[in-house]
Amino acid sequence: MNLADHLPALQVALPLLTAPLVILLRNGFLAWLAALVASGISFGLAILLTQAVLGPGVPEYAVGGWQPPFGISLNVDGLSALMLLLVTGASTLGLAGGRLSLRRDIDNRRAPMFYGAWLIALAGLCGIAVAGDAFNVFVFMEISSLATYILIAAGRDRRALSAVFKYLIIGTIGATFYLIGVGFIYMMTGTLNFADMALRLGDVIETRPIIIAAGFITIGLALKAAVFPLHIWLPRAYTYAPNAVTVFIAACSTKVAIYVLLRFNYGVFHGNLLGHSDLFSVFIVPLALSGILLASAIAIYQGNIKKLLAFSSVAQIGYIALAAGLATQAGLMAAQLHMFNHALAKGTLFLCVVAFVLTTRSANIAKLAGIGRRMPWTMGAFVIAGLSLIGVPGTAGFISKWYLVVAVMGVPGWGIPLVMAIVISSLMAVVYLWKFVETAYYGTPPDGDVSAMEVPLPLRLLIWSAALANIYFGLSPGLPIALAESGTGTLLGGLL
Amino acid sequence: MKLLGLFNYWVFAVLLMIGLYALISKKNLVKKIMALAIFQSAVFLFFITMSRVDGGTAPIIQAGVPDQIFSNPLPQVLILTAIVVGISTTALGLAIVVRLYEEYGTVEDDEILAMDRES
Repeated sequence: MNLADHLPALQVALPLLTAPLVILLRNGFLAWLAALVASGISFGLAILLTQAVLGPGVPEYAVGGWQPPFGISLNVDGLSALMLLLVTGASTLGLAGGRLSLRRDIDNRRAPMFYGAWLIALAGLCGIAVAGDAFNVFVFMEISSLATYILIAAGRDRRALSAVFKYLIIGTIGATFYLIGVGFIYMMTGTLNFADMALRLGDVIETRPIIIAAGFITIGLALKAAVFPLHIWLPRAYTYAPNAVTVFIAACSTKVAIYVLLRFNYGVFHGNLLGHSDLFSVFIVPLALSGILLASAIAIYQGNIKKLLAFSSVAQIGYIALAAGLATQAGLMAAQLHMFNHALAKGTLFLCVVAFVLTTRSANIAKLAGIGRRMPWTMGAFVIAGLSLIGVPGTAGFISKWYLVVAVMGVPGWGIPLVMAIVISSLMAVVYLWKFVETAYYGTPPDGDVSAMEVPLPLRLLIWSAALANIYFGLSPGLPIALAESGTGTLLGGLL
Repeated sequence: MKLLGLFNYWVFAVLLMIGLYALISKKNLVKKIMALAIFQSAVFLFFITMSRVDGGTAPIIQAGVPDQIFSNPLPQVLILTAIVVGISTTALGLAIVVRLYEEYGTVEDDEILAMDRES
């Protein structure tokens, strides 16, 4: 075995083992640098894994040499690689762009602890993406969630604490529901390994515990993924978290829950439970639709740019859930692509918010009036990412919206109404983003000062490279499409 | 008899619902954390019950004892991990409650909500 074979394990072990070392550093800057380097190397590992997935494939990794289904296995397929790219990319972006903002939010004394928690969250999220069995997914989910609560609670605003308490309660209920579901499946099949589970479920098909398990797992993960109306924890948690943390968690934490949902519902249940896909669709599609429409409408009335973007995230989760709920090949493709593209757009948008708050010290839209003229570079990037969020041709968002529309058109009888809902929601996205853009370009600054006040050049460059990535993946979407195709293939197995 | 045979599962369901009900209805944050602990304990009970085999002992191979019956050790190991997760969650939750008390001067959910609305 050479080093390349150990990549799936390294992906988790590297941030996990760096975390305690970071805590030992007694200096905020050094801790930040170490965390950034670890996160950057993780991103590099994710790129190597992606290349391997698209090329020769990544062999199943048996932890400690114990062969699955008895040992713990780590599996990396197209979908996992997509998630790994998202998670490590978002973490690196948040850390690199958040230095100045985090220095203001976190005391120097506590900074090493904070960056340690960040790396543990990263390790947990990577772990979910590579884990090949249901129980390890639970453990990694809790590792990442606990660390995420700490990151959010580090916010300066005291409302961060009440927000994070709510998130802790709801997140734990979600994880516990998931654990109950896994318990029922283990009871009937005697295995926790995803691949083995899918094989053995055939023998106990249509028994009541399995159906109950499917229910518990779906609801638990929908809570974690903030599928409307289970999203109540999300807007406040995103709003009051430190800005750099919002870049990280908004881009990937809910999507990882959807990833597990896809794994279970398609990888495990889809081929085994008669009518499961129909039930899943009937459950998830109405929720997704109401999320798409209502959350977009609520976003229009928000006075805080972070809260506005958070409600927009709930709506975007709705798109992903809608696409996943269609239970077709095209739908799964659209869901995965939208996960990738939404993370790209939302990451960039929140990074711009980091820059805005850095100079104005407020995320209130009224106080940000005139910011477009004072910070033209950052605002330009915001507009590009906003266009990607809306789904304007030439940006990444267009690709996934296109796939989504094609997928819903394939639904017999419901194609046109579903497309209408997507179009209406996209128009609402235009409205809520325009509301901010209009204030930013044409509003008068509260104190009448219109002098330029851009953020430092490195941060501006980072924001622009993130914004240009939105255009790059809009013009040449080869990579996410290849990964999504590979992921769809594994999820649906030999079914299609 | 069948009802009694499923006694542990009934306890699991009842505890689970007590925990969930208290989580939703109680306003006091410490009580919410207690409810969370009950909720999680119910799941631990569920896993442990599932692993039990009638007449089974601890899975240690003893020399000279043929046809030993073991309880399934795997769920117990899983629950050891889940207990650690549960403890961490409770500890973190209580730490947040302490911080909330420092900032707001109360641990009542509705009072904190009212103060949040004002600001």
